[in-house]
Amino acid sequence: MSEKLLRVENLRVSYHTYAGEVQAVRGVSFELDQGETLALVGESGCGKSVTARSLMRLNKVPPAEIKPESNVLFQGQNIYQFDAARLGRYRGQDAAMIFQDAMAALNPTMTIGRQVVETLLHHQALSKKAAREQVRILLRQVGISEPDRRFGQYPHELSGGMRQRVMIAMAFANQPRLLIADEPTTALDVTIQAQIIDLMKELQQAHQTAVIMITHDLGVVANLAQKIAVMYAGTIVERGSSREIFYRPRHPYTNMLLEAVPRLDQPEDKELASIAGTPPDLLNPPPGCPFCSRCRYCMDICLKERPPVYQFEPDHQADCWLYALDKPAADAPFTRRNDHE
Amino acid sequence: MSEAPVLLQVSHLKKYFETGSGHWLKAVDDISFAIHQGETLGLVGESGCGKTTCGRTIMGMYQKTGGLVCYQGQDVHALKGRALFSFRKDAQMIFQDPYASLDPRMTVSDIIGEGLDVHHLVKNRQDRTARIYELLDMVELNHEHANRFIHEFSGGQRQRIGIARALAVNPSFLVLDEPISALDVSIQAQVVNLLKKLQQEQGLTYLFIAHDLAMVKHISDRVAVMYLGKLVEITRSGELYAHPRHPYTAALLSAIPIPDPDVQARREQERIKLSGEVLSPIDPPPGCRFAGRCPYATDLCHEKTPELTNQGDGHWVACFHQLDR
Ligand SMILES: Nc1ncnc2c1ncn2[C@@H]1O[C@H](COP(=O)(O)OP(=O)(O)O)[C@@H](O)[C@H]1O
Ligand SMILES: Nc1ncnc2c1ncn2[C@@H]1O[C@H](COP(=O)(O)OP(=O)(O)O)[C@@H](O)[C@H]1O
Ligand code: SF4
Ligand SMILES: [Mg+2]
Ligand SMILES: [Mg+2]
Repeated sequence: MSEKLLRVENLRVSYHTYAGEVQAVRGVSFELDQGETLALVGESGCGKSVTARSLMRLNKVPPAEIKPESNVLFQGQNIYQFDAARLGRYRGQDAAMIFQDAMAALNPTMTIGRQVVETLLHHQALSKKAAREQVRILLRQVGISEPDRRFGQYPHELSGGMRQRVMIAMAFANQPRLLIADEPTTALDVTIQAQIIDLMKELQQAHQTAVIMITHDLGVVANLAQKIAVMYAGTIVERGSSREIFYRPRHPYTNMLLEAVPRLDQPEDKELASIAGTPPDLLNPPPGCPFCSRCRYCMDICLKERPPVYQFEPDHQADCWLYALDKPAADAPFTRRNDHE
Repeated sequence: MSEAPVLLQVSHLKKYFETGSGHWLKAVDDISFAIHQGETLGLVGESGCGKTTCGRTIMGMYQKTGGLVCYQGQDVHALKGRALFSFRKDAQMIFQDPYASLDPRMTVSDIIGEGLDVHHLVKNRQDRTARIYELLDMVELNHEHANRFIHEFSGGQRQRIGIARALAVNPSFLVLDEPISALDVSIQAQVVNLLKKLQQEQGLTYLFIAHDLAMVKHISDRVAVMYLGKLVEITRSGELYAHPRHPYTAALLSAIPIPDPDVQARREQERIKLSGEVLSPIDPPPGCRFAGRCPYATDLCHEKTPELTNQGDGHWVACFHQLDR
């Protein structure tokens, strides 16, 4: 039995608000091997951050409710059954998380050097002096120029890119097995984004860390993730290897995501696919396919019943009624994309 | 398109902000370009490079520090009375954040109708309602939306309301400051397709400010690239992407990820890696503002400021060591 590093089974998370129950995550499942990178892609509000926080037990309960049928297994153990001590070790040592907004994640009143030192000391028995030395090495590793001077600076004295590097240094301080990165480059300019992605790749390879990379930008993960899961309205509607998702998308939503963004390497007169409407309200999600109100292939059954999972290649699944056996389309109704295989 | 007459001419425009004790933040520092009637000029560059300041100064929302902005031959910053009133109708600005730029206490119909009233564009209530419905149709919203408030709308819908408000007064020129940056990709495509359609139907001229170069390429006829208060390159959109001549443009383009694993793997091999960080715009040193990060910089670049010069065929570049690829 090969044990997965992380196995998420039927994760369901709701928020109880005055307006009612927001079903933020509605049955999300995926798994991750050691050293592997999974991208979680989707537009805002689809449940990426709630999913990510659930993997660290960071959702505040209440208003959040993690439904009892949800399982998050780290090396086979359910993290929701961890006691306080085990959870303390899990967070920071087994798994670490980085966020879009480093300014909010860092402590504004503490020098960055001290913050990284404390992260280290929290999990490792080191002398203060040894910890400080190790932090200098870490800061250098994450590409912070003049680490000695930066050590004594506060977060607001650093640029956005530098702050992101500090957060990465803290995340990697205890060499976690799993890194969850929630839109780590969304707030950065493209040249800085490219540097941060390079850095994450380098550290991941050096430490064999598994990464869950959350983004709304398919470009960012094109050459980063082995596996991609596309989320829509609290569910994963398609998952597969990167090649399958980019070159043979099966779900109409994935196809739309790929067609809606202009590409630098394509002629500018190519019309962007634009699909009318917006994602459904998670206070009252539709009974059938979550994408049905915007899908140009929508059939009667799509409105009534949630589509089952259809398996294509061994590493590719999509939840869409188009692929039901008694339906005409055995192949995707949209053309395949350039395949360079 | 470059045969069309010039609508807006910006010459040596400067906008400095005083940061106290005699220091100046040179947000826009001696930039020149022209926008022709009916075209879309894209203005791109990383955050803080001065795009918004440039747009606002052009609109007369900021006093200039130096230089000249001429709209249809008239100095925008010297306009008074009727001429100013008419410029404020003819040139409209659309902002990134429709939440912040639209009054939450007003109904959609009042937001759109405000300009109609100010500029006396409708004779009576009936006319006004008809015109508001026409504008809602134009931006693909429903007539029922007229009596609702801003908080009832999604981001994309709010941006449509912002567009309808701008179009209400029949403008010729729109400065669009990151109008889609806050929107999701499927919604971005909706808004961009709408902007393109409206431009064609009404012969509008756009200054389209953005940091997403792929989107700018898609929507613009020509593109101007800014770096730390300076324009570094301007040319036709296709030319800029095929043959960037300024090292910064080349680096910026090479950093943009493309959603295609094979293409992206190749691009990452070829990427121009920039080291260092952007300088502060406060009292910048002489020389090219990009010199500290540029792989081609020589002593000359640190001493003298390169001028934006025409390389022929309307391709303008400010660099001593241009790339000729
Ligand atoms: N604290 C909260 N209270 C109520 N609803 C929430 C809360 N956090 C998230 N949600 C809702 O859960 C859904 C998913 O949110 P999120 O995971 O943040 O989306 P994403 O990260 O994909 O943009 C959204 O509809 C959001 O409004
Ligand atoms: N009202 C202002 N007062 C002082 N500094 C400003 C003001 N507006 C912008 N700046 C500064 O001018 C520079 C350019 O800003 P901005 O035009 O907003 O850039 P962009 O739109 O390209 O992100 C930045 O350094 C910014 O901090
Ligand atoms: S299940 Fe139906 S509505 Fe949903 S994506 Fe497939 S075809 Fe479209
Ligand atoms: Mg999020
Ligand atoms: Mg701006």
